[in-house]
Amino acid sequence: MTGARARGAGATGVSGTFVGMPAFPIASAKAVGDSQLRHNLHKATHTIRGKRAAVVGEQPDWTELRAAGAAIKNRVLRHLDVYLEQLEAAVVKAGGHVHWAADAAEANRIVTALVKATGETEVVKVKSMATQEIELNEALADAGITAYETDLAELIVQLGDDRPSHILVPAIHRNRAEIREIFQRSMSEWGRPAPADLADDPPALAEAARLHLRERFLAAKVGISGANFAVAETGTLVVLESEGNGRMCLTLPETLISVVGIEKLVPTWQDLEVFMQTLPRSSTGERMNPYTSMWTGAAEGQEFHLVLLDNGRTDVLADQVGRQALRCIRCSACLNVCPVYERAGGHAYGSVYPGPIGAILTPQLRGMSSELDESLPYASTLCGACYDVCPVEINIPEVLLDLRAKVAAAGGKGHRVERLAMAGARRVLESPGLLKAGQRAAGRFRRLTPRRLPGPLAGWTDTRDIPAPPPQSFREWWERNR
Amino acid sequence: MSTRDQILAKVRAALADVPADERPEDVAVPRDYQRSRAGTDIVDLLIDRLVDYKAVVHHTASAAVGAAGHADASGVADAVVARLLVARGGRIGAPVGVPEEWLEGVDAVRDDPVLPAAELDALDGVVTGCALAIAETGTIVLDGSPDQGRRALTLVPDHHLCVVRLDQIVRTVPEALARLDPSRPLTWISGPSATSDIELDRVEGVHGPRTLEVVII
Ligand code: SF4
Repeated sequence: MTGARARGAGATGVSGTFVGMPAFPIASAKAVGDSQLRHNLHKATHTIRGKRAAVVGEQPDWTELRAAGAAIKNRVLRHLDVYLEQLEAAVVKAGGHVHWAADAAEANRIVTALVKATGETEVVKVKSMATQEIELNEALADAGITAYETDLAELIVQLGDDRPSHILVPAIHRNRAEIREIFQRSMSEWGRPAPADLADDPPALAEAARLHLRERFLAAKVGISGANFAVAETGTLVVLESEGNGRMCLTLPETLISVVGIEKLVPTWQDLEVFMQTLPRSSTGERMNPYTSMWTGAAEGQEFHLVLLDNGRTDVLADQVGRQALRCIRCSACLNVCPVYERAGGHAYGSVYPGPIGAILTPQLRGMSSELDESLPYASTLCGACYDVCPVEINIPEVLLDLRAKVAAAGGKGHRVERLAMAGARRVLESPGLLKAGQRAAGRFRRLTPRRLPGPLAGWTDTRDIPAPPPQSFREWWERNR
Repeated sequence: MSTRDQILAKVRAALADVPADERPEDVAVPRDYQRSRAGTDIVDLLIDRLVDYKAVVHHTASAAVGAAGHADASGVADAVVARLLVARGGRIGAPVGVPEEWLEGVDAVRDDPVLPAAELDALDGVVTGCALAIAETGTIVLDGSPDQGRRALTLVPDHHLCVVRLDQIVRTVPEALARLDPSRPLTWISGPSATSDIELDRVEGVHGPRTLEVVII
């Protein structure tokens, strides 16, 4: 990683979204004091965890599927150049266009130009971590193009002018009353307004989203997606989803643009037989997710563009220990078993990739160029639960230790980060007494604090409409009050 | 140097530790997982899994064959499909390839010429066949064949009645992939669309058809 360390986040970065975010120990301490977030996260992680355990338990060959999944991804990564060229040829042969993007800026330029070429100023989007990573929506907005998020959770996040907190349930930090309020306040600015008498039960909220988005889908000329898998042998792209908005975005528009990280490849069509079993079960705890779309090139006469994204991935690939993080299929199982994630929440990780996988992927993608990135490898107790559940056998504790060694080796600044981070992680886990104290502290200071904090903390408070945390960090408060 | 070549060069540089003579197939992939399995009757299993996803399931095959003998079984099954559609009522979309018998007495419109989006949206339902069904996961797969039509046809209407023949049912996901053609646009459907995005309460039916009805013939 020595080469990667020299990179600036701004130049190639996973970049700006979370710039100005406090380092993990401080951000997590704030989240710990937010009881709504903590309650929702607890419910979420434990519900999905239970469902996952049940459907994994009924799969008699789970261990073998896991080993095969890891090996297939290793094969891809060790020969990524071969497979990328194979994928490109297959997509082109099937009538698609392939573009290559070295970093976020280039990917955004490519997509913006493709949308502009259609003459459209609106696009519909299906949830994609890659497009979030490159901040495509913001780039499109700068070019006068409105990107409409269409997953219910992403819609909630977008309408609430917020950031996702969980890979799978990005709006998990919002409760139903908040969601109703967001819909009533913001839907009219984006299109069809919410009904005046909108109830706050989930079916009513889902119905409001269905109606709000339907007219948009039917009119959409350009769709933008990511992909869960890209099959090198056949050029087939695969998107797994639950709501049907993916099918809408992938099927109805005349032009489809898919932004896909170069690590998403699998060698053969047959290899999907492994991941189509392990991903749904690991992810939502279902035997199969409600909808999966697979298409090859220009399906049904559609104009299809594939944008292959590097953005730091080749730097991760160069690290022989850290490389395994690129096997990740983004199932989020490791988040749901992580004691630190459960208490800290997704926002504390300061990137689109939260939880244990974020703790190893983000610092590698960004080259540990900030204090936040350097603190992430410490956002763990090394309990190993993430490794046990990972469907592609990523040894997250091993990579964390390796990254910690790199932070420490970096000298003075690194040591300071290490001390801070370790102290923060320990405190986050000292529950429930400390958590209660945290809540009391937040309550006591609430009326005295401005809703926007100055300096580096502004980025945090800007994105939340919950009560602002005290102006001192949780850590500082604890030092003085314990 | 193009970005493409730059990225490929970076990939190759990153993989300097991989021996030059190692080929992709030299990286062993252990495939000792089960591609097929023995177990409960696959029709019962499929029905069980579909019902678990809140799909409405009708099984005409065994009753029809038993009552009328093999020759008449398909006629009985066709009538069952038509009866279900009539009972449901409304205007039903159909791809060009579904048999006329399924639409007996039904207010049906063929997707030929292709229906504009607004007309699709105005349909009350759609009836199709399928490419195959996976029993273990309760999954129906569509591949755009003439009896299934283009993807939008089974996406926009609120009700989807899908007919599955017994010989289209496989048990496992590996068996399904072996039968499917990757060059066709594929849609895997496992129950009606769902979201758990609001406090993790499962809500059926967000954007796709809110009712999935499966007839096994
Ligand atoms: S690291 Fe493993 S468990 Fe975590 S999201 Fe990725 S694949 Fe899933």
